[in-house]
Amino acid sequence: RKIIFEKQWFYLDNAIGHIYGTTFEVTSGGNLQPKQEMEEAATETKEAGTDNRNIVDDGKSQKLTHDDIKALKDKGIKGQEIVQQLIENSTTFRDKTEFAQDKYIKKKKKKYEAVITILRPSTRILSTMYYAREPGKINHLRYDTLAQMLTLGNIHAGNKMIVMETCAGLVLGAVMERMGGYGSIIQMYPGGGPVRAATSCFGFPKPFFNNLHEFPLSKVDSLLSGTFSTESLPSEPEDNALVEEESNGSIDDKQASLQETEEESTTETAMESNQTEEQETMDINAEDIGFKENQGKENKENVREKQRKQQERRKKLIETAALLREKNADGLIVASKFHPTPLLLSLLEFVAPSRPFVVYCQYKEPLLECYTKLRERGGVINLKLSETWLRSYQVLPDRSHPKLTMSGGGGYLLSGITVVLDKSKSDSSSLEALKMEEPSSKKRKVQDLHC
Amino acid sequence: MSFVEYGDTIKDGDTAIVFLGHESMFPVKVQHGTVTQTKYGVIRHSTDLIGKKYGSKVTCSKGGWVFILHPTPELWTMNLPHRTQILYSTDISIITMMLELKPGSIVCESGTGSGSLSHALIRTVAPTGHLYTVEFHQQRAEKAREEFREHGVEHLVTVTNQDVCKNGFGVSNVADAVFLDIPSPWEAIGHAKSALKAEGGRICSFSPCIEQVQRTCLAMEEHGFTEINTLEILLRVYNVRTISLQIPDLGKASEDSSSIGFDSSNPSNQGSPCTNLQQGTVQFKSGVPLREMVGHTGYLTFATKS
Repeated sequence: RKIIFEKQWFYLDNAIGHIYGTTFEVTSGGNLQPKQEMEEAATETKEAGTDNRNIVDDGKSQKLTHDDIKALKDKGIKGQEIVQQLIENSTTFRDKTEFAQDKYIKKKKKKYEAVITILRPSTRILSTMYYAREPGKINHLRYDTLAQMLTLGNIHAGNKMIVMETCAGLVLGAVMERMGGYGSIIQMYPGGGPVRAATSCFGFPKPFFNNLHEFPLSKVDSLLSGTFSTESLPSEPEDNALVEEESNGSIDDKQASLQETEEESTTETAMESNQTEEQETMDINAEDIGFKENQGKENKENVREKQRKQQERRKKLIETAALLREKNADGLIVASKFHPTPLLLSLLEFVAPSRPFVVYCQYKEPLLECYTKLRERGGVINLKLSETWLRSYQVLPDRSHPKLTMSGGGGYLLSGITVVLDKSKSDSSSLEALKMEEPSSKKRKVQDLHC
Repeated sequence: MSFVEYGDTIKDGDTAIVFLGHESMFPVKVQHGTVTQTKYGVIRHSTDLIGKKYGSKVTCSKGGWVFILHPTPELWTMNLPHRTQILYSTDISIITMMLELKPGSIVCESGTGSGSLSHALIRTVAPTGHLYTVEFHQQRAEKAREEFREHGVEHLVTVTNQDVCKNGFGVSNVADAVFLDIPSPWEAIGHAKSALKAEGGRICSFSPCIEQVQRTCLAMEEHGFTEINTLEILLRVYNVRTISLQIPDLGKASEDSSSIGFDSSNPSNQGSPCTNLQQGTVQFKSGVPLREMVGHTGYLTFATKS
C-alpha cells in the first residue's frame, strides 16, 4: 500500500520485521534501512568565524543555482552528498560562527536527507501528532492537557469510566491505554455512532474492546427519567434504522475503524504519520461507496444482515443502559465540542460519590458557567478551574534557551470530586442562589474557605 | 480501600481523606476506637466512619460537617507528610504520559523522597506492573516502605536503600521507563540505561536548574539516548468570581443611563446573581488568576533508548 508522508511516498513492506524506533531512508518508492547512527561527517571543516560583521546578504553566497540542485536531486544522489555540495559552494559558510554552521547544516539536512523513524503508537505520540496536525479534530486539546485529564480523573486499571468525547476517539484511546483492558468504559456518543478514528491508531488488542460500551447521548434523558426501558425501546428499531439511513457514513466509519484495528494489531506496523490516517479516511469513503452499491445489488441479504446487526446493537444498548443505571461509575471524562454544562449536570448522575470528574473545554467561559451551575446543584467538592502552559527548551552547550515558539492555548479543565448529594439541598436547588447570598452561619464557615 | 482499587465503604485500617473545605483537608488512618479532632468538632471513627460510604457527609460533634473521601494519589500528594520537596500532580501527569506508562509497565525511580510520584506510578502500572524505587536515605526508605504497606500497594513496589549514582537500580534490562529526581542525574544515566529493557524504553529526569539539565542532556547523548526533549509545565488555577465594574458617570441624563449599550442589567446573563444589581454597574463572570502561582518547579528532560 502506498503511503504519503511529508511530500514523500513509500511502501511499508520493507519496514516489517524491524524493531520500533528503527530509522529508514526513503529511496524512489520503497524503504531501505540505513544504520541507526550516522557517522558525523562534518568534522573536517573546523574553520569558523567569530561574528557576522563581514557577512553581507547579497543573495549570491550560494554558487549552486536552483537548477543545479534540482539536477543533483534528479540524479538520485544521496541527500548527505547534496548537503556537502551546498556547504562547499557556500562562500560565507567558513565565515560563519561555529554555531551558525551547525544551524546551517541542520537546516539543509532536514531538507535533503529524508529519514523516517517508525515508532510504536502511544498516547504520547498520537496526542502530540493530533495536536500538531489536526488540532481542529480534537478541539485543540493539547497533549499536556490530556495528560492532566488522565491524572485528575485517576484513570487506572479496574475503573468503570464514563467518557463523552468528540476528539476523534483520542481521549477514549488514552483512557483505554491507562486501563490496560481492565475494568469497563462507557462511551457516550452524539449522532449515529461513536467516532474512533484515533482509537484505532493505538492498535489495541481485541480483548480491550470487550468491555468497551457505547450509549447514545440522545437516550440519556429517558434513562435518567426511567422511561428508557418501557417507552423508547419498542420504537427503537425504527429509530435505529432512521439513524442508520441518515448517517450511514459515521456508522461505517466505526465498523471500518474496528476492522482497521484488527489489521493493525496483526501486521504490527504502525505509523507516526497523519497521512496514513488521511489515507485511511479515503479508504473508508471508498468502502462507504462500496457499501451503498452492495445495498442495491444484494438487497435481501443486506436487510437480513442489517436486522441481525440491529438486534446486536440493541442487545448491547440494553447492557450498557443497565451498567449506567447502577449509577456507580468511577469517574467521568468530558471533552467535546458541546456546551459542557448540560452534559455534566446529566452525566454526573451516573457517577458514584467520592469519584473524580474532569471536563475539558477549549474556552474558559463555558466552564465558568458550569462551575456556577455545579455549585448550585451540589454533590461536588474541590472544584478547580485550571489551565497548563507548556514550554519546551533548546538545550545545547552554551545555547540553552526556551524555544522560540510556544503553543498559545491548550484549553481549560474543570475538575472536582463527587460527594453524596444532600437530599434537602437538591429539592431546594432553586433557592440555592438566594442561599449563596445569605448563607447560614455554618455554611458561611465553609463558604469562606471556598471563595 | 486501596490506592489502586476503589472501595465503596470505609473500613478499619483504611487511609481516608477528611475534606473540610476548599484546599483544606488531611488524611486519617481509620481505626476502631480512635477519634480525630477537627475545627468542626470530634469525629469518632467507630461510629462516624467505619461502614459509611466514601463521599458521605459526616457531622461532627459541634454540628459542623466534613466529607470523607476515598484516597487517590492526587489527594495523597496534596496531603502527604513531606520528608523532602515533592513533585505535584501537574508534573506527575506529564511525566506519566511522556514515559508512556500503563498497566503492566515496569518503572525505576530514584529518589523515592516522600513518595508523591511513587503512588501515582504504582496507580498507573497496577495490577501487573512494578515499581523499583531507590532511596539512599535509610530513614526515608523505611518510611516509604511503611506507607506502601499501609496503603495496600506493597506487592507492586520494591524499595531499595542504596545510592543510585554508585550502585544503580538493583535491576537490569527489565524497565520500560526510568525516572530520576536526584541532584546529579548525569551520574545515573549509565545505570538508567542498563536498567531499561534491551529493546528500549523511556527516561525522564527532573531538575530545577538549567545547568543540571545541560549536563544531563550531554550524558544522555553520550549514552546513545535519542529524542532528547526538555519541557517545563506550569499550572494556572483560576478563581471563578462575579465581578462588577462601575459605569463611569459621563454626565449623561439619568433616564438614559439604564439604556446604555451594555446589556449589563440583563438578568439572563448566564444565571449570574444579578438580583441586587445596582444601576450603573456591569456584572460578569471571570476566571481570575490567583495572586501568586508556582512559577517554576523543574525542567523535565525526556529521552528514548532504542
